[in-house]
Formats: sequence, C-alpha cells, structure tokens
Amino acid sequence: MSKIEIKNVYKIFGENPEKILPMVQKGATKEEILEETGHTIGLDNVSINVEEGETFVCMGLSGSGKSTLIRHINRLIDPTSGQVSVEGTNVMELNEKNLIDFRRHRMSMVFQRFGLFPHKTVIQNVGYGLEVQGKKIDERNKIAMEKIEAVGLNGFEHQYPNQLSGGMQQRVGLARALATNTSIMLMDEAFSALDPLIRSDMQKQLIDLQAQLKKTIVFITHDLDESLRLGDHIGILNDGKLVQVGTPIDIIMNPADDYVSAFVKDVNRAKVIKAKIIMVSANKFNGSKNINTIKVNEDSFIDEFLPKVCLTQATIEVVDKSGNIKGYITDKELSTALTKNHSNGVFKSQK
Amino acid sequence: MGKYKKYFNLIYLLVFIVMVVVAYTTSKYRPESVSILFTDFSWLGNWPKWLDFPLMPFLNKWFDILIVKYGIFFEGINFFLLGLYTKMKNFLVDLPWPLLMILVIALAFFASGRNTGTTIMVAFCVFFLGFLSPRYWDKCIMTTCIVVIGMLLCLVIGIPIGIMMARNKKVRNALLPILDLMQTIPSFCYLIPGILLFGLGAVPAIFAIFVYAVPPLIRLTDLGIRLVDKEVVEAAEAFGASKKQKLWGVQLPLALPNIMQGINQCTMMSLAMVVIASMIGTRGIGDEVLLGLQQLNVGMATEAGIAIVLLAIIFDRITQSYGERMQERVHHIKKKLK
Repeated sequence: MSKIEIKNVYKIFGENPEKILPMVQKGATKEEILEETGHTIGLDNVSINVEEGETFVCMGLSGSGKSTLIRHINRLIDPTSGQVSVEGTNVMELNEKNLIDFRRHRMSMVFQRFGLFPHKTVIQNVGYGLEVQGKKIDERNKIAMEKIEAVGLNGFEHQYPNQLSGGMQQRVGLARALATNTSIMLMDEAFSALDPLIRSDMQKQLIDLQAQLKKTIVFITHDLDESLRLGDHIGILNDGKLVQVGTPIDIIMNPADDYVSAFVKDVNRAKVIKAKIIMVSANKFNGSKNINTIKVNEDSFIDEFLPKVCLTQATIEVVDKSGNIKGYITDKELSTALTKNHSNGVFKSQK
Repeated sequence: MGKYKKYFNLIYLLVFIVMVVVAYTTSKYRPESVSILFTDFSWLGNWPKWLDFPLMPFLNKWFDILIVKYGIFFEGINFFLLGLYTKMKNFLVDLPWPLLMILVIALAFFASGRNTGTTIMVAFCVFFLGFLSPRYWDKCIMTTCIVVIGMLLCLVIGIPIGIMMARNKKVRNALLPILDLMQTIPSFCYLIPGILLFGLGAVPAIFAIFVYAVPPLIRLTDLGIRLVDKEVVEAAEAFGASKKQKLWGVQLPLALPNIMQGINQCTMMSLAMVVIASMIGTRGIGDEVLLGLQQLNVGMATEAGIAIVLLAIIFDRITQSYGERMQERVHHIKKKLK
C-alpha cells in the first residue's frame, strides 16, 4: 500500500458542486462548465500514489489545481468526490477531533509565502507545531533549537520573521515543518517566492536533509528544473487533470502530450540526466572502446563529464561508489540523450 | 441556503402583499368596500389615508410591554451601571487633583511606550481642562466615567460579536443591517426611550453610547480577523491548531492593531455621544455647552467646547499610541537587520 493514495478526486468550486459533478464526470471541459454554470473545476479525476520515502513533485502552471491538490491531503480543502487516504487512514472519514490529531502528528506543511506567524520569534514559530500538540516549553524549545541548527539559522532564534530575508524565512518554515517530526511533508511552492540563487541553495539543503531523513515529500512547483532536481516521481497537472506521471527521465524523454512537450522543450538535458540512465550496461556493451577511458560515477550528471569527453574523445566507464564498472557511454549514447524531439522511447524508466 | 435563493423574490412579494392587506384592514379611513377603489379613482391623486402601515401603534404597544413586563430587568441594569458610575465618579472626584493628573500622565507615559512627546501633550491637555475653568475639572471626571463605562460595555459585548461575525458568514449577514441601523438611526430616537427605560442621568447616556459606538468596534474586530493573512491561518490549521488555539494564538494577536483602531473609534464616538446626552440631563462637560447656548453665551459654549476637544485629545492619544505599539509588536517595524 502506498503512503498517500489519492483516488478519483474531483473538486469543483462554486455554489452547488454536487449538481455539476455528473457533467464533469461525463467529460465536459473546464471552459464549458465555467460558461454554462459558473463553476470552476479545481481537480478533474485525479489519482496519484505516493510511496514511502519518495519525493513526489506535482507540477503545473498557475491555475492548474496543484495547490488545491496538496490541500486535499491534509484536508484543508474537502473534495467534491473521491478518496484520500494516508497510511491507510481514510482522511475523509475523520471527525473534527481526529482530523486535528491527524494534522498534528502525521504531516507538516511548508507554504509558498512562508506562512510564518509575524508575532512570534523564530524559535516560537519553529515550535508552533509542538505548542499546539501541548508540549512543554522546555521540550519544544529544545527540539526547535535542533531544527534551527539543522537549517543553519543559529543565532537568529530570537529574531522576528520580518527581520529575516526571504530565504531565511523559508528556512524557518522548513524547520517548523521538521520540528513535529512527521513522516510526511507537504511543500506548497515552497521555494517559488525566492530568488534563483537562494532557491537552488534551498533545493540543495532539502536534498541533503532528505538524504538523512527519508521523509515522504509532496512538493508543488511550477518550475520544471526544480521538479527534475527534486522529484523521484513527477505528476503534471493541466486544467485540473493529471496529464502524466513518471520519473523525471520519463517526462523529458517521453512527454505524454503537447502540454508536457512545451514544458520540457527548454530543459537543459545535460543537467538533469544521470550517467546511469543513458549507459549501456557492461554485459550488453559490444561497441568499440576508445583507448582513452575516463571513470565517471553513476550518479553524476552529463554536464559534469561532458567537457572532459570533448577534450579527450574518451569512452566513459560508469562506475558505482566502490569502483565496479557498471556500463559504458560512447558518443552515440551521448548524442541521443542530448538531442531534442526524438520520441523513440529508448530510455525506459529507471525505477 | 443558495438553493432557496430563487424563492426570495416570491417571499418578498408575499410579505409586501400581506403588509398592504394589513394596512388596509386596520385603517379606519378605508373605503366601505374594495370595489369603490375600482370605480372612484380619486385615491390615485394624493397618497390615500388608508394606505398606512400601522407600525407606530405596534411599536408603542411593544414599548409599553417592554416597560411594564421587563421593567425589573432594566431596573437591574440601571442599578448596576449607576452604582458603578457613582463609585467611580466619587472616587475620582475625591482624589486631590494633582494626584489624578499625575495618574493620567503616568497612564499616557506607559501606554505610549515612554514616548515623551505624547506624554507632554497629554499633560498639557489635562492641565488645561482645569485651567480653562475650575468647574470643568469635576465635570470632565463625570464625562470620563460615563465614557469609560460605556466603552467597557462596548468591549465586553462588541469584541465577542465581532469574532462571531468573522467566523460565521450567516451571523455577519444577519448583523450587518442591524449595525447599519444602529449607526444611521438619529440618536434622539434611542436617547428619549432610554430615559423611559433607565430614568434620567448617566445610565441612558451609557446606553446611548453603546448603541452609537459599538458598531465601529464590531466592524473593525470582524474586519481585523478576516484580514489576517490567509496563509498564516492556513499554516495554523495545517499544524493542527484547534479553533480555540487558532483564535487566541493567531487570529486575535494579528487582528489586534485593527481592534485597537476600533477601540479608538469607539472612544471618540462615545465622547461625541456623551455631549449630546447632556440634553437628556446627563451631568458632565456637555451641559456646560448646553448652558452656554441656552444663555446665548457664545464664549462659555466655546470654552466648554474646547474642554471637550482637550478631553478627546487625551483619550485619542492614549488609545492611539497604545494601538501603534501593538502594531509595532505584531509587525516589528522598529528594528531591521542590516
């Protein structure tokens, strides 16, 4: 069973969603519904499964329903129809008391514009989740300090949020989400409001944290580079419909439709494709090797070793951490991987 | 709710028809039979006397019942408020004036966060109250007591109502017209009935202050809570805050600047009302204005008017500067990191 299961969820905004539901289920488009009934479709038959310990990125343009989707997981929004279950708990069946309990202990959330409490200091903000759980102040300050250190904000714990820069504020948001030590983290466009340098810094921090903590993360973004960098699986939403779900490589190499193709058109492939994905494994390799070879770690991206290849014309030996040769990459594989618009589906999902 | 929206027009029409029928059947000027209306069309010229909804007799009857049956209830309120007022007034009047002055100045000093400018201004105004005319000192104390009690009443009742309005759209829709009514109805319409209910003196003034000054406080409390950043409230919910934790931990503290603004508005309107209330015999600085006007003594009326302005400045500075400090505490605009 998956950690988070969302099954056939519909969300319609308007005065009388139940009445409109059959129309939507029959396949009326967003525009038709809006014109005829004045209702807006938020989500249209969305089903996703998020496995334990993975980062699931949900991507789409603004208005595609991604923020609506993430709010269904902790039921900040109730679906018009459909099921949401988390670790086997049917979220829809929780009563008010159990829902509060569920939100306190099962998941935490990071917000686009940080959602920090302006009247609380950093340490009080970070400890908020523990405060509502009813933990004593000593205990929550101790945990909060640990998390503040984990995101690198030592020394700022008694500042107020708007004394900090945007990046630092989002670190507070991240620390607050970590403090309750829930196994699920929901991140709603968490880095979208940050400038590019700080954003990539934060992405790196999240990746490092995730490597230690192995949480289940649902991450919302409109930025493809971000989703490729962070996601184990990516789901692409358009007008409330889930267009494609797959690994980053799936999305880049086999876009499901024009909408996805348009998204991935300008991706710098060299930066997102790893050596182990394009290599030909050692036992299948029958091409000719050059005399020059260079060793490359299986997890390195193409752009990390491409300059060396150009310089030396070498064949690449892909090795794992302990140095065993896993496969080879020649010019042929490199050129196929870096050429756009081929749809032969050579590159299968790695998972 | 939305489902029945299309019947609303029908219901309005029905109510209207019932009202016309009631007006027609209860009027003593009605023609002998309805059929005359269709043969003699003279009633289309001037507004016919029979087309008169009997609201006045209804209200009179209702008011009589209120006084006769629930008189004891109003008596109780009267007793309580009057007792409070008299105790407070006597206490303050009995204080030596320099001591009272120092108390007010100290209040201003601490409320403004040790701001010397505000404190000096308030000190100046307090001194000038008595300096203008020695009679004013005690009268200002009476006015202040009425305003303070009226405001306390507004706070105790207004803020919870404001919170309820912010939380529930139906409550808001139901209360907004009532607030509009309270703000637009001429003040004498409840000043005079106030005398009948509470007798002459301070209590009808307090009642009038409540009716007149509570709407802005309710509105600003409601607005303040609804204006709290949606994402911040969502964050509280996402971490599993209960309704109570959300209200006390997040919404109220963040709405405080707006609520303080409401309290400030409430004070100013109370002061305006307490002057009008002097016309129904409420003792205070307002009756100096009234006396001056009755004797056509423009100087006297203006002098008392200035005293009221000074009093207003004292109230405004103290509540306003306290509100500003709240705002600073919530938004921390004072010091920024470099």
